[in-house]
Amino acid sequence: MTLVDQVTRVGAQVRSQLRFFLGFKLTFEHLGRPRVTRQYPDEKRPKPPRLHGRHVLGRYEDGMEKCIGCELCAGVCPADCIYVRGLDNPPDHPVSPGERYGYVYEINYLRCIHCDLCVEACPTEAITESKLFEFSFTNRADAIYTKNELLVGDDGRPKQLPWEDWRPGEDRFTSGWMRATSPSGSAAYEGLVQWSGDLGYGIRAPEGGQSGRRDDEATGNFLLRDSLEAHLLAEDIPFEHRGVRGKLWRARMAARRRKARAAARARQRARERAGRAAEETGQPRRDVA
Amino acid sequence: MGLEDLQHNFLTGRLEDLVKWARRNSVWPATFGLACCAIEMMSVGAADFDISRLGMEVFRASPRQADLMIVAGRVSQKMAPVLRQVYDQMMEPKWVISMGVCASTGGMFNNYAIVQGVDQIVPVDVYAPGCPPSPETLLHAILTLHEKIRTGELTRRRRTEVPSDAAPETDNGWVPEPRHPLRVSTPL
Repeated sequence: MTLVDQVTRVGAQVRSQLRFFLGFKLTFEHLGRPRVTRQYPDEKRPKPPRLHGRHVLGRYEDGMEKCIGCELCAGVCPADCIYVRGLDNPPDHPVSPGERYGYVYEINYLRCIHCDLCVEACPTEAITESKLFEFSFTNRADAIYTKNELLVGDDGRPKQLPWEDWRPGEDRFTSGWMRATSPSGSAAYEGLVQWSGDLGYGIRAPEGGQSGRRDDEATGNFLLRDSLEAHLLAEDIPFEHRGVRGKLWRARMAARRRKARAAARARQRARERAGRAAEETGQPRRDVA
Repeated sequence: MGLEDLQHNFLTGRLEDLVKWARRNSVWPATFGLACCAIEMMSVGAADFDISRLGMEVFRASPRQADLMIVAGRVSQKMAPVLRQVYDQMMEPKWVISMGVCASTGGMFNNYAIVQGVDQIVPVDVYAPGCPPSPETLLHAILTLHEKIRTGELTRRRRTEVPSDAAPETDNGWVPEPRHPLRVSTPL
């Protein structure tokens, strides 16, 4: 055996040993990636702006209930989870501006599939869905929400029940902007500001994704791709987001997010100020967003 | 553990707390994914939500080694005896989470093929609503179950007092029903 042969053999052995470690390339790559785990009880991941959560029965700015007891939501419900019974408004102290009002209103959350068809069907924007999805029950009776629990409180905020996991500020995105279609069924509807005013919130900003005049900062809309890009493999990142162009794009996005966070903080402060002022004067609270 | 037979004193009381702590922090689920809810259940086990933080990352395929059955998905009439058998094979103490509306009540499948609620077959401890429940909802249900194991009783009961706003009077001969905070059946 010549020296050359021996050298080649040793080289092949070394290469095969190296190949063993090359198998761990992906493993070590992942060690350097940012951690993705959300520590749920301590923090929640941001929810998509149009997520469907548990329902809320709205009220007008003067405190009247929006529900007129027409039972269209119960009729359209594919899971038959809504039970409504209307009753004529008492003339001396009407509950809703219509002829009737929702006297019994119950939703069984162990049947509701959160399809939002009730929200689409409602002619008065009375029922909307919040983004609250973190709740569980220890018995079946708790799962049937009555009107007392669905109706917003006197401050216009959803009632926060003990088995639900509300966090501060989460009730902000609870309103009629979650509807996909217009209240009157017009195909040209674009999500302009034409919702009826809500108790506690007034009139909301346009819905993201429906209008050129959308306001992402106000509605909390964001692109899922932006928040996921940090976790993509190199070959999965879109071509226009690689290299210098990608760096510029990421910087622009980061600046936009910073601006949005600053605006959200400012709004939060303004809302707290407004809340304090309302408590002093006894007036219903208005959302400045 | 046989602790139930002992007189409750300081020592066994503290020991019982320790046992409950241990049970709470090592609830091993049995895989019972039946439908789309199982996808969310797998997501809870994956990195984003990571139930190994709660000491329950080992999904046992054998019921003897499992403490918790997460019934994820609609239970058909044919599956019901299988589910019951798996539950019977699990060792005490055992718990059941009914995940999703189909497992809880049949959901939108109100027909002859689907069991209208898995609690007709096995005793359910926690119901997770949603279609399917988000991973956070399942985590919330798991935390509720932890609380239930810790306290050993039903938690978060609904308040039962009747609301103060009384039903309005009507003079058309139709007497409105009193407002109950909870109504399970259809009013007559």
